[in-house]
Formats: sequence, structure tokens, C-alpha cells
Amino acid sequence: MTKMQTLEWAFFAIAALLTLGGAIATVATARPIRCAMGLLTTILGICGCYLMLHAEFLATIQLIVYAGAVVILFIFVVMLLGSAATSPADGKPAFSRYLSAGIFLACVLGAGGLMMRLAAEKTKPLTVPAVQASYGTIEKIGRELFTEKVIPFELTGALLLVAVVGALAVGRGKQTDPTRRLSEANGEEEA
Amino acid sequence: MTIPIHYFLVLAAALFAIGAVGFLVRRNLLVLLMSIELMLNAVNLTLVAFNRLHPANHSGQILAFFVIAIAAAEAAVGLAIILAFFRLRGTVRSDEATALKN
Repeated sequence: MTKMQTLEWAFFAIAALLTLGGAIATVATARPIRCAMGLLTTILGICGCYLMLHAEFLATIQLIVYAGAVVILFIFVVMLLGSAATSPADGKPAFSRYLSAGIFLACVLGAGGLMMRLAAEKTKPLTVPAVQASYGTIEKIGRELFTEKVIPFELTGALLLVAVVGALAVGRGKQTDPTRRLSEANGEEEA
Repeated sequence: MTIPIHYFLVLAAALFAIGAVGFLVRRNLLVLLMSIELMLNAVNLTLVAFNRLHPANHSGQILAFFVIAIAAAEAAVGLAIILAFFRLRGTVRSDEATALKN
């Protein structure tokens, strides 16, 4: 194993550790602000994986959009909600939830084990082809995005606009309050 | 690249599993949204890894790009819904979302 290969493996190990550790912190810690920090760690790990996979443009986008926008939005909401963001009974979910989660986890672990075995059994493993240095750069992706995939690109722009308008409409907070009125009416009937 | 591609695929599968388990087990709406983001990230990693295996075009990377854009939109709308729900009920527990029950 050359020095370069050792470095690559070390980089992959760090990226994978960040990804999985952050993911476990996201789903396992009680306080939402720590969950958000776990999500940030995961995103950094995924960004490292993108760099190893020759996706430099996506790694940049990942940092800007996820770490710079989505996680910050989450933290804004957590701060806005204050102590209400941590629900006290979060730690004791029902048995059926654990059961469904366990079944799903077993399926995924089985599938992952099968995949590792298949990859090990194959005489010729999945060889990663060599690519040009320009693969994954903004020039190549931009050319493809604005020629072949221009219609999905425009549709994504429309979707983002609709999402912004929808988020404003939902978050503005001037809606009527049907359930509260309903519960008040029920309360009056009971009284 | 010395690292075989299936290492990335198994990493993505594990990430997806953690996200899905978190989505099933947790009751905090904020954490549910974060679990969804984890799953979307896992799918993105799979797309990029397979694209590295077939580098004739950038379809996988561009699809991952669209997924990132849609995930951002989903987070914005989802957080707005959580805020509206918090105004309604004063909590972010998903068990409290019973307006459509019965």
C-alpha cells in the first residue's frame, strides 16, 4: 500500500466516522440543538465523501446549502421555540415504534451484509474507472445542466418559488384556529 | 481511487437506516425533519457513488443537485408547518398532532 492509498483510506475513515457519528448523535440526543450539531457533522462527513468521489461542485453546494442554510434554519427554529423544542417525554417511545425500527434496521443490516459478501465474492470487484480531471467540475455540470436537463432545472426554480411562498403563507400565523375552537366548543358542552 | 465503491454504498445504507430509525422512534417534530434530511443525504451519497462508477455523464450528480434543492424547500416548508403547529398546540411533539384523528 503506497502512502497515497493510506492517506485515501484515512480520509475515508474520517469521513465515514463523521457521517455515522453525526447521524447517531442526530437521532439519539435529547436536545434538538445537539441534534442539529449532529446533522452538521454528518453533512461535513458527506462533503468529504463527495470530494473523494470527484464531485467537487456538489461538495461545495452541500456546504453552502446544507451547512449554510438548512442547518442554520433548523437552529433558528430551535432557538425560537426555546425550551419548548425539547419535549420531556421524548425518551420513552411506544413499544411498536421500537419494533418497527428494529425490523427496519435488521433488514438494512442484512442487505448491507449481503452486499459486502457479494462484493467480496466477486472475482473482479467493482472497479472504479479513471476519470478526467474535469469530471465533476462546475463547467461540466453546468454544461449538462443547461443543455440536457434545463427543463428539470427550471421546474426546480418554480418549486423553490412555490416553497418560499408556501412557507411564508404557513408561517405567517394569521390562520384561523379550527381545533382550538372545536376543543373550546367541546369544553362548553361538557360544562 | 483505491477505495471500492461499495464502501460508499454501505455507508449510505447505514446512514439511511439511522435516519429511518430516528424517524420511526423519535417524537420531536424537529428531530423528525432532521432524520428526513439524513435519509436524503444518504440517497444523494448513493447517487454520487453510482455516478462515479459510470462517469460517462453527470446524471447522478445532477439528480443529487436537484435533491439538495428540494430538500432545502422541504426544510423551509416543514419548519414553517412546525412553527404553525407550535402556535396551535404549544408543543412540538408529534403525538399532539391529532386534529385529523376520528
